[in-house]
Amino acid sequence: MDLRYTPAETAFREEVREFFRTSLPADIRRKQELGQRLAKQDIVTWQRILNKKGWAAPMWPVEYGGTGWDAVRYFIFREELHLAYAPDPLGFNVNLVGPVICAFGTREQKEFFLPKLLNLDIWFCQGFSEPGSGSDLASLKTRAVREGDHYVVNGQKLWTSNGHNADWMFALVRTDPNAKKQRGITYLLIDMRTPGLKLRPIVTLDGDPHTNESFFDDVRVPVTNRIGEENKGWDYAKFLLGNERAGVARVGTCKRRVLAARALAATVMVDGKPLSENARFREKLALIEVELQALEITNMMVVDKMKKQVGYQQDPRASVLKIKGSELQQATLEILLEAAGPSAIPRQLDFLLAQTDDVIGPDWAATAAPNYFFSRAISIFGGSNEIQHNIVSKAVLGL
Amino acid sequence: MDFDLSEEQRMLKESVDRLLEDRYSFEQRKTYTKAPDGWSRELWQQYADLGLLSVPFDSKYGGFGGGPVETMILMEAFGAALVLEPYFATVTLFGGCVRIAGTEAQKDALLPKIGEGKLLGAFAHSERNSRYDLADVQTTAKKDGSDWVLDGEKTVVIHGDCADKLIVSGRISGGQRDKDGIGLFLVDAKAPGVTRKGYPTQDSLRAADITLKGVKVAAGDMLGESGKAFPIIERVAQSAIQALSAEAVGGMQEMLDITVEYLKTRHQFGVPIGSFQALQHRAVDMLVATEQARSMAMFAAMMVDEKDDAERAKAINAVKVHIGKSGRYVGQQSIQLHGGIGMTLEYKVGHYFIRSTMIEILFGDTDHHLAALARAGGLIAPGTTA
Repeated sequence: MDLRYTPAETAFREEVREFFRTSLPADIRRKQELGQRLAKQDIVTWQRILNKKGWAAPMWPVEYGGTGWDAVRYFIFREELHLAYAPDPLGFNVNLVGPVICAFGTREQKEFFLPKLLNLDIWFCQGFSEPGSGSDLASLKTRAVREGDHYVVNGQKLWTSNGHNADWMFALVRTDPNAKKQRGITYLLIDMRTPGLKLRPIVTLDGDPHTNESFFDDVRVPVTNRIGEENKGWDYAKFLLGNERAGVARVGTCKRRVLAARALAATVMVDGKPLSENARFREKLALIEVELQALEITNMMVVDKMKKQVGYQQDPRASVLKIKGSELQQATLEILLEAAGPSAIPRQLDFLLAQTDDVIGPDWAATAAPNYFFSRAISIFGGSNEIQHNIVSKAVLGL
Repeated sequence: MDFDLSEEQRMLKESVDRLLEDRYSFEQRKTYTKAPDGWSRELWQQYADLGLLSVPFDSKYGGFGGGPVETMILMEAFGAALVLEPYFATVTLFGGCVRIAGTEAQKDALLPKIGEGKLLGAFAHSERNSRYDLADVQTTAKKDGSDWVLDGEKTVVIHGDCADKLIVSGRISGGQRDKDGIGLFLVDAKAPGVTRKGYPTQDSLRAADITLKGVKVAAGDMLGESGKAFPIIERVAQSAIQALSAEAVGGMQEMLDITVEYLKTRHQFGVPIGSFQALQHRAVDMLVATEQARSMAMFAAMMVDEKDDAERAKAINAVKVHIGKSGRYVGQQSIQLHGGIGMTLEYKVGHYFIRSTMIEILFGDTDHHLAALARAGGLIAPGTTA
């Protein structure tokens, strides 16, 4: 047993770190440091830089543009990405729809979509949740009826995040209302320009119109845009659940926030002394670090196991990553808000969206509250923490 | 990075697991508590025969030559079985002092005997007022010709009642809480002037308060340099915390397993109580805490021999904070989820709860270590980011 990285892994870390240090555009890094929202163009620009390097989708099969890295290297890549304030490659493209197309797409779908997904020539959004189907996703009702070479889709999707930036949507629709609920679902790729598809923006607590509601009124989708077989969509969507565990905990993001909180707390005075010297604040921050340290080792154990085994097996630690990872991400944003104090009170949406440099109070404090508000979503999306508890209870503890 | 055990480590784990499986059922354990020492001399000899008592010692002294990972393996198994024998006192603390600070002659004289099961030791350091301050030593050590004379009182010396030899800390110079001026002395437990008052501890182990009155110690029985013992004491305490963290994880896993089993078998309202979501989620939180604690026990094994004093100290602070918190959580929930049966001494789970509570107190509680970590500037080094 040896918990240290090998010299080759350390050299790889240096290489990745150096690349991020020299390749990440300064304005993007600056926005990330300040907790501002990135524009669509920022994310596109960065992903094209990654794609040029061959790192846009490291874990895809090599034949489709993956790197062939093992789980440890991917973990290091993710950690350095987050430590460097670099944005993630677009998750919808790279982690969600891409692997499904790689695994189940037709040759035509692969040829058309995969290069464009890597280069972010096509931006995908997700059409899973509905007003009546959140945690119980399989109860979804958006209906698709086959008419010749097309499906005609009617219904409503919710939480279409970044839908206003998207060119395409991957969606789950009901094709057989009489089958058992998981059985009658089909996975479709839908062009956002299709007539009958409309979006209504939803403003989240941070003030950013970040997500949407989508309405489908006789939206005609070519059958050639179906993934795999009709009524097997649930299986393809579930395939995703096994993906993307190595980086789910976002230890690197949390670490840099802890460092930021400590540095920023040195600039805030409480009772005539820097907040960073306040025992209560210091101990709160130290406790987050302790939990983060435990999570990092847990993450390394999961990664080590992934590297050594073929295929994924139930590992209780993988669920720990999701539950603790989300809690700690939230804790780091919570403590930044506490450090900001009254400076967090002014609502400065233009600054949050990086549309102005004008700011009331310290710049870092201007985004503290909206980022804290939005962080509450982390334990809700992608399967709420309560659903995670249900899964672990059943699958790991056998209750 | 590799979390797999080596072949030797796997064999060590198998042999200790097998022994405890055969000899340490909850019922068997009860009979050991009734022995004169409160533990089993016969099992002690078996540990010696299997080489367990020399695990951290160099092969030069007849040892297994193991490191922190081997200690982790043993202590986790001991924690799962609630082992009563004085391994921690003799091998980790007493043996640790000798291993870290002993001269060749001292190691030659003591370590092989420990390994053979022929020498029991205890670390007589803490005093009534010292609480968690390792530098707080009032017991005096005065020079008498080339000898030393010790006077004072040591309290709650774990397994001090059965020890053949003690390592006693004494103040040679300086104020009560000065780090400088402390010495460590090897003292025969039956030496003139040593009186011991043994008693049971909350967790069915044994301890003693020890009074030293004009106890003479030969010059050759000092460990380390005169007045420079504090760093040794700190290292031993860090090794102790590493060992305790693994023991705590062994206990937490048992509490989790016993509780989950109970949730499956106990029926109320016509169904197993494990079908209730409120209890399921609590059990999952116990699992999360246990897995995180396991990670910290590994972190402890990785960091306890770290060369950089400050990094090592902070890491061990962090380990103790986590073990304290997670052990308390898992312990309390294991009682709560059992309901009334969890409150009885006849049932196993409460014994783990009690032991984990004692582990939280030993060598500094959660608040103590959290404050120390915070004062030292936290865990994550500023150079971590690009």
